[in-house]
Amino acid sequence: MAAPVQIAVRRLFNDVGPVDYVGLEERVAKFGTRSLKKNAKRFGLKLAVSMIDLTTLEGKDTRRKVEALCQKARQPHDDLGTLAVAAVCVYPAMVPHARRALGPHSAVRIASVATAFPSGQTALKTRLAEVKWAVAEGADEIDMVINRGAFLAGEFSSVQDEIAAVRATCGAATLKVILEVSELETYDNIRAASFLAMRVLRPGDFIKTSTGKTTLNATLGNNQVMLEAIRDYYLETGVPIAMKPAGGIRTAKQALTFLVAVKETLGDAWLNNTRYRFGASALLNDLLRQLEKEKTGAYPAPYYFSEATESY
Amino acid sequence: MPTLLNKKPSAAAICRPAAPALIFGDLWTYDPAPETAEPKLKSRYELFIGGKFVAPASGKYFDSINPANEQKLAEIAHANAADVAAAYRAAKKAYDQTWSRLPGQERAKYLFRIARLLQDRAREFAVAETMDGGKPIKESRDFDVPMAAAHFFYHAGWADKLEYVAPGRRVAPLGVVGQVIPWNFPLLMLAWKIAPALAMGNCVVIKPAETTSITALKLAEIFQDAGLPAGVVNIVTGFADTGAAVMGHPLAAKVAFTGSTEVGKIIMRSLAGTDKKMTMELGGKAANIIFDDAPLDQAVEGIINGIFFNQGHVCCAGSRLLVHEPIAATVLAKLKQRISVLRVGDPLDKNTDIGAINSRAQLATIKRLVAVGVKEGATLYQPDYALPAKGYYFRPTIFSGVSMSQRIAREEIFGPVLSVLTFRTVDEAIEKANNTAYGLSAGVWTDKGARILKLAAELKAGVVWANTYNKFDPASPFGGYKESGFGREGGRQGLLDYCKLV
Repeated sequence: MAAPVQIAVRRLFNDVGPVDYVGLEERVAKFGTRSLKKNAKRFGLKLAVSMIDLTTLEGKDTRRKVEALCQKARQPHDDLGTLAVAAVCVYPAMVPHARRALGPHSAVRIASVATAFPSGQTALKTRLAEVKWAVAEGADEIDMVINRGAFLAGEFSSVQDEIAAVRATCGAATLKVILEVSELETYDNIRAASFLAMRVLRPGDFIKTSTGKTTLNATLGNNQVMLEAIRDYYLETGVPIAMKPAGGIRTAKQALTFLVAVKETLGDAWLNNTRYRFGASALLNDLLRQLEKEKTGAYPAPYYFSEATESY
Repeated sequence: MPTLLNKKPSAAAICRPAAPALIFGDLWTYDPAPETAEPKLKSRYELFIGGKFVAPASGKYFDSINPANEQKLAEIAHANAADVAAAYRAAKKAYDQTWSRLPGQERAKYLFRIARLLQDRAREFAVAETMDGGKPIKESRDFDVPMAAAHFFYHAGWADKLEYVAPGRRVAPLGVVGQVIPWNFPLLMLAWKIAPALAMGNCVVIKPAETTSITALKLAEIFQDAGLPAGVVNIVTGFADTGAAVMGHPLAAKVAFTGSTEVGKIIMRSLAGTDKKMTMELGGKAANIIFDDAPLDQAVEGIINGIFFNQGHVCCAGSRLLVHEPIAATVLAKLKQRISVLRVGDPLDKNTDIGAINSRAQLATIKRLVAVGVKEGATLYQPDYALPAKGYYFRPTIFSGVSMSQRIAREEIFGPVLSVLTFRTVDEAIEKANNTAYGLSAGVWTDKGARILKLAAELKAGVVWANTYNKFDPASPFGGYKESGFGREGGRQGLLDYCKLV
């Protein structure tokens, strides 16, 4: 007789189906060959700016640093008019500072990592308390980490129950579930974990690739596995789940390729910042630089753009 | 919260639709992204005989048309029997006096040089190939031209190692070989045919297809630049009469043909009783078999690649999809969704996935067979995107509910048309896959390794791809079973077909 854990593992993996590594890599390589010119490029660049969760997640973060980040989020560049990024993403302790800097009714949202980010290795009670505190201090969105240890041990129901508990604690705040894909390692695991999370999420909640704290973060490959999981789940249930790749997306060219993947996998309804985000910081200035280049025909030097943050 | 900028998603995109459906609309359209490299075409191309471009004895020329816009690209010389005879004389002279006497090491230098010169001019050749044949620039750029260069590189490597081709035996070249190639991969087929022949020490008379002669004659320019001795490769252009003269010439020690099974049979009949060696690479009606445990999204990608690569003008195209009954509906739905984001149009646009059908005649053939499919009761699906007004275009087409007795399940269509059949058990899949006159290639999609090995052994096909499709390598032999031909191209086996054992 198979142990209950083993049965659960088989059931989930049979249910969601396998992913072929080689075939998936081939598919995503084709996104990079799409050639975006003129209006298509400008539209893509502006779209990417509007999807950024401008992030600082460092031990050395201070109130001043977060205030500068919020200002940059609200007005990335004087040439862009009212175009702002989607959100700032900070540690819970920085949420009150961000809320003061942005004001109570800001269009730029405040995302807070929580649940003992990035490892999640503490008691559930403590993690839930952290979520509750961040929401109370004004976070609009909570970025939680899943229990990777439990997932790899096959204890799927405990992983799922914890996600459900965090979701319940979020109240009106949007939830983003970080799978930490580099610790799950295989595309099969990433697909299974995506379904595990989506099945307890509300429409508009996110699944997210990574914390940005491991060596390998968002790649086109794991982004694609998660997009296809979202697509299959949506077509099956009608529940639209949003997606956030995070970490490692530093150039405009990369961001455009990710957006091509969204366009060709999930379609137009996901090409907005309620359904797709980039967890990034360095990316913003490269997007601005490319937008300037489209306008003037010349690349401005990096020092023409304000530094907001240096991590992620 | 702000959504977006100047363009807003349509109302349908914001409100959740009643039945969940994805919207692949025009929120973010790609601007035209034409490849702009200069193809450097001449207005008239002569025959390439004895290392020089010479006018045809007939004095006749025909037009080469760009299938994407029906405009004339160049005039091509029409070789008659006298021209072909001159080409054979030049080849025989080169064989006797230079090429067969050169050490393999020296022959290798020429092949390496050709490969490198082709790489140097890769973009130019890619654009010329796309304009002449209609295939999308991303394929000529990423597949045809690099793969053609790879074949020259690979066989250059063999030229000085021929004593290892047949261990324990010595090999010798055959003499002059006559070759006729089709229009689906003009440059690649040329490389595929010429490189092993030259590496082994043979000389060549080759006829490209009448609709796609230009890159062959451009490659002749490279032969001149590489200093390839006069007469080692001779290129005669023209129609079926030219091809018949190339195949039937008494100086040909061997003939190699790639094309339709019908023409292959005519050639074989005409050569019966002669001592010419032959290799034939003919048609196919490959089965692409999908089991219920397969990685479905990757399988769908493989199906798309299998049948829509080069507009389906591929002899090993996966034109019969055999899908396990429990997943038939899912696979069909995924296929339709994937097709909706394919882009059909100007082959020179870097974002085009499916280009133009090679010729008016081929377009008519495809239309005729698709009409037969509808008449015989199969269910037709074509996406509704717009096609360019001028040029030969055909929408990617899926026939579902096809049965083995229908013509679209048996005849090679050589276009972007997929016939979907179902099966229930492994044995049924094997039986259906093998129930064809052809046997060039097959695909298997399953997560079970043991099943792959079983099918690889039992499928009567020259190539069986597992969890992938249309993968080629110069080191891997390619060729058919049954009416898909005989002889192998590529690898050690391919070289054996261009030599005699002494």
